Amino acid sequence: MTSLSGALAAATITPPHIEYGQLSPLLVVFGAAVAGVLVEAFVPRERRRAFHLVIALGGLVAAFALIISVAATPSLFAHGSPGHVVAMGAVGVDGPTLFIQGTIVVLAFVSVLLIAESSHGVSPFAAQAAAVPGSAEEREGLLRGISHTEVYPLTLFAVGGMMLFPAANDLLTMFVALEVLSLPLYLLCGLARRRRLISQEAAMKYFLLGAFSSAFFLFGVAMLYGYSGSVSLSAIAAAAATNVSSATLLYAGIALVGIGLLFKIGAVPFQSWKPDVYQGAPTAVTALMASCTVVSAFGGLLRVFYVAFGQLTWDWRPAMWGVAILTMLAGAIIAITQTDVKRMLAYSSIAHGGFVLTAVVAATAAGLSASLFYLAVYGLTTIGAFAVVTLVRDPAGEANHLSKWAGLGKRSPWLAGVFAFFLLAFAGIPLTSGFAGKFAVFQAAAAGGALPLVIIGVLASAVAAFFYVRVIVLMFFSDPAPDGPTVVTPGLFTGAAVAVGAAATLVFGIAPEPLLALASHAAAHLFVR
Amino acid sequence: MTGTLAGLPMRAASALPTLAAVGVQRTAWLMLVFPLAGALVLLLGGRRTNRFGHVVGVAMPFASFVVAVITFVAMLGYPASQRARDVHMFTWISVGGFHVDAGLLVDQLSISFALLITGVGSLIHLFAVGYMSHDPDRRRFFGYMNLFVAAMLLLVLADNYLLMYAGWEGVGLASYLLIGFWQYKPSAAAAAKKAFVVNRVGVAGFSVAIMLMFATFGTVTYTGVFGQASSAGRGTATALGLLLLLGACAKSAQVPLQSWLLDAMEGPTPVSALIHAATMVTAGVYLIVRSAPIFNLSMTARLAVTVVGAVTLLFGAIIGCAKDDIKKALAGSTMSQIGYMVLAAGLGPAGYVFAIAHLIVHGFFKAGLFLGAGAVKHEMNDEVDMRRFGGLRVVMPITAATFTIGWLAIIGVWPFSGFFTKDPIIAAAFAKGGISGALLGSAAMIGAGITAFYMTRVLLMTFTGHRRWEPDAHPHEVPPVMTSPMIVLAIGAAGAGAFLMLGNRFVDFLSPVTGAPPASRGLITPVSGATLALVVLGAVIAWAMYGRREIPVTAPAARFPVVAARKDLYGDAVNEAVFMRPGQWLTRLSVYFDNRGVDGLVNTLAATVGGSSGRLRRVQTGFVRSYALSMLVGAVLLVGVLLLVRI
Amino acid sequence: MLTLYVPILMLAALAALFAGFSLVMGALAGPKRWNRAKLQAYESGIEPTPQPSGGGRFPVKYYLTAMLFILFDIEIIFLYPWAVTFRSLGVFGLVEMVLFIVTVLVAYAYVWRRGGLEWD
Repeated sequence: MTSLSGALAAATITPPHIEYGQLSPLLVVFGAAVAGVLVEAFVPRERRRAFHLVIALGGLVAAFALIISVAATPSLFAHGSPGHVVAMGAVGVDGPTLFIQGTIVVLAFVSVLLIAESSHGVSPFAAQAAAVPGSAEEREGLLRGISHTEVYPLTLFAVGGMMLFPAANDLLTMFVALEVLSLPLYLLCGLARRRRLISQEAAMKYFLLGAFSSAFFLFGVAMLYGYSGSVSLSAIAAAAATNVSSATLLYAGIALVGIGLLFKIGAVPFQSWKPDVYQGAPTAVTALMASCTVVSAFGGLLRVFYVAFGQLTWDWRPAMWGVAILTMLAGAIIAITQTDVKRMLAYSSIAHGGFVLTAVVAATAAGLSASLFYLAVYGLTTIGAFAVVTLVRDPAGEANHLSKWAGLGKRSPWLAGVFAFFLLAFAGIPLTSGFAGKFAVFQAAAAGGALPLVIIGVLASAVAAFFYVRVIVLMFFSDPAPDGPTVVTPGLFTGAAVAVGAAATLVFGIAPEPLLALASHAAAHLFVR
Repeated sequence: MTGTLAGLPMRAASALPTLAAVGVQRTAWLMLVFPLAGALVLLLGGRRTNRFGHVVGVAMPFASFVVAVITFVAMLGYPASQRARDVHMFTWISVGGFHVDAGLLVDQLSISFALLITGVGSLIHLFAVGYMSHDPDRRRFFGYMNLFVAAMLLLVLADNYLLMYAGWEGVGLASYLLIGFWQYKPSAAAAAKKAFVVNRVGVAGFSVAIMLMFATFGTVTYTGVFGQASSAGRGTATALGLLLLLGACAKSAQVPLQSWLLDAMEGPTPVSALIHAATMVTAGVYLIVRSAPIFNLSMTARLAVTVVGAVTLLFGAIIGCAKDDIKKALAGSTMSQIGYMVLAAGLGPAGYVFAIAHLIVHGFFKAGLFLGAGAVKHEMNDEVDMRRFGGLRVVMPITAATFTIGWLAIIGVWPFSGFFTKDPIIAAAFAKGGISGALLGSAAMIGAGITAFYMTRVLLMTFTGHRRWEPDAHPHEVPPVMTSPMIVLAIGAAGAGAFLMLGNRFVDFLSPVTGAPPASRGLITPVSGATLALVVLGAVIAWAMYGRREIPVTAPAARFPVVAARKDLYGDAVNEAVFMRPGQWLTRLSVYFDNRGVDGLVNTLAATVGGSSGRLRRVQTGFVRSYALSMLVGAVLLVGVLLLVRI
Repeated sequence: MLTLYVPILMLAALAALFAGFSLVMGALAGPKRWNRAKLQAYESGIEPTPQPSGGGRFPVKYYLTAMLFILFDIEIIFLYPWAVTFRSLGVFGLVEMVLFIVTVLVAYAYVWRRGGLEWD
């Protein structure tokens, strides 16, 4: 009864201490999102897009500047400290987190450029998402040339959630971040202007399965709380070290929390949502999910498994091995028979998730830094590839069926060449960033004693190279389809997204050293506890 | 056994000095920069560079050649033990405790290759100016060719396996682009894809080898790996050797990964001459010789190498006998000749030098033969069927003369090049001793006879006899821009062998890197006498079959062995049965499982539970529930695994 | 420690018993006179929206109303504990609560301006 009376004695509560400065990148992004909602409320429709662009892009730039200034604060890493725990233990600010947040902000910036593209006459987003597909209301909205500008605040909320997710130092904050990043994404998936039904189906599937996985995550949190009496990652680690209570609770908790995290990554066997959602969502949103969400989810996974379960490496490693192997092989093999370019990229993204998992398995600083590097360069290449996908169109919208891509190299050699370059990077051909990344993760895994995993990874990437090359052959060595799609001239924003992706892929392929050095510097002291 | 064989070269290899390059050698990286700049200008410059593209395309490899010669001359100024120099460029990858510098190793082995690549490469570029003069895409062609030269130089000059791997993939990419250069031909597109896919198999072997090196030695530099190689144990050395052999097999078109090379002849002929005869396909030999300290440790790996070489040299020669397409006949011959090099490399220190020597002279005569074939094809309206040639000696005298010199060189008639480099390989194979030595030596010797047969056949069918031309063919001698490279190559084909091998010149030059072979036993030995007799026999049979008799314009029906050889000895059929079918089956199975398996499971389950499948079908509005079910199954498995690990 | 939960368990059991009792007694003791209105869905006492058989679309405005209710409901729930600890939290509490209320107000402004509060 003492604890109950203690909770009721109001006088003992002291105000918590919040480090606003170190949280400022997050606060800026969330603030920009709230400002975006106000824009929706008070600015006339025709001027909203301009306001949103300034707020969203400005907010992301400001967040990036703040991340750099936080990272450059000497006191943060003084005396070899890995970083600080702020907001009463809810959020960790350390090297890997700042690196991941910086990556997310950069990737989000490029994604917002894609989302904002409307130079092909109209925005890629629906006029009235709530209208029944094919109904009169929908037609009316399309004719009036309007579209949902809520996408900008929604994107910013999602990005804010993504930044909080890998920083969360306790499982409840992490769960809140998971929901904050997921809910806007569910909505965004259903907002495609064309092919409304498939877009709504994607949103529905993502929502249902996402909710399902959230339930697993929460169940796991409950188990871990039952085991250790706390949701804080370091307290769980401490409890695991002293072995205080039933191990069954602990291991079931690890598995269930892991399921929630692996779902967001799209690791096999929790990958089933990915192809459908990637295909149905507006391509700009797919680009956001395939880059930022994956980075964020890996950030969370790395933190949980390195901090909370860091001493239990030998216990979770076999399961993670299995997941990594299945993910690499299934992603690479199933991608071969895909006929839709977005589905193919979805399976490719699954396979790449598997490659990063090999470095996660290593559970070393080298593994961490390799994962960070891989995520950054893979994200940039991915956005570039999806940006190219938005440019290949036929009268019904984007031409995503691969047969339509036949002979693209003859009609638009530059675009096809850039896409081929991205595909070669995915395949891991040297002098692209994909090679440096793949080498870094495999190297870390091999050094961590997972040579069989590396061999399977190399074989899987050989298989994966096959379907990437198949697309290149299709583009360059096949005759164009008679009713083939037209390639629209990229607008300023899409052009910028493609250019950023291609430049990053090339530069980090030839000289990966500066970014690698940054990643390994960020990962040197692992996560803060 | 291993100890005695390995003793000498290991000392030589681990003594590889890592002296930093000084003076003029510090600019060796210019060799790479010139062709790379050429490729960038030509590929990114667009149509603006059409007018002068070919000039840039030829000038760049030639500039590299000049740099290579300067570097080589500077090297000759050092004593033999200090000739290996490292040119540091920049730090390429640094992850955690792992560090790779982008550096070049200029030593006797790599400079030999660099001279071959840039020298023969420049000549072939020059030839291509004439050969491709009517092609609207000539600029793009030179762009790819320069890209190839840069990548190939990176491959041979790299001072660590990772950088070599980058070059390895680069030449693969250039080869892929050039095989499919005439992309409007479906056969060219298919051939390009085949080359790429087959090479993935090899690359998988190579990259696993690099990972294994890293896991074992913690480094991938040559000095680091070779220095610790002896501490690794024989099992690791064997594994490394076999994995590297897999990579070499794919790149050098050795059995069982040979099938792509014949199809690769779809590319323009200068490509066949440079990439698929003189340089890129010999990268496998380079890889094995460069990795000598690893192969020296493992008898098993070396035995595998010799077997692959011996099988391929016969395999390629037999294919060469049956092909009517002049380029495919020469491609079979390339496979076969590389088989000799691989066989020699597998013999260890006794053969390394001969493998490289044969590689270099082969670069001369095979490039010359291909250019000759290209000249003929150019004048015969792109006809490649030798049954439609004949009597060209009269209208194309220079081409015929250079081709004849190439022919004498490849079949190994004294004093032409092939004699000086092929005979030591055959002799070294016999000198290996035991049954395996006798078998390998006999295979190599019989191969020499078959080589004489099919090369004589090519020569006779093309240049002598009656004119069996298509009615609209009006061949003339090709212009000087095409004949002059052929003449230079013919001079090389005639004299390079004698120059390199007489007085042990090349052996002494290269042995600090590869270890010295046992002293030779004079010029004419019983082995070389017997070989020469077989060569004469083969040539005479060919003359009896093709020189004296009329050659039908359509290929006559043939019985089993000829049919098999015409079909590349069923290489494709084997690939299809062993790799493609199971691969397709696996893919289909996983897709089936992904799409329907889980559903099927649910339906079956439902039916078993008691005829409720009807109700289940009615509530089935999509596939979400089966996705959720698959997640649930996965979750149960994951929880199960984690809890089981505990027990 | 688990004894702390006994009262809650007892409460849950009592609630379940009461619910079960009500349903069972209603079914046993109540008169059964069916009419059309009784078979219709209960929609806060107003005329139910016509639906196709087998479940169809609900007018989205019901969800909207429910969501808005939850929004303000939660706001109240957070205001109560703050009122209790108002003094000890001081300026910090004031700032945080203002931020919280402003955030909710932004959502309210959005709903209001975009016509979410108009029923038709």
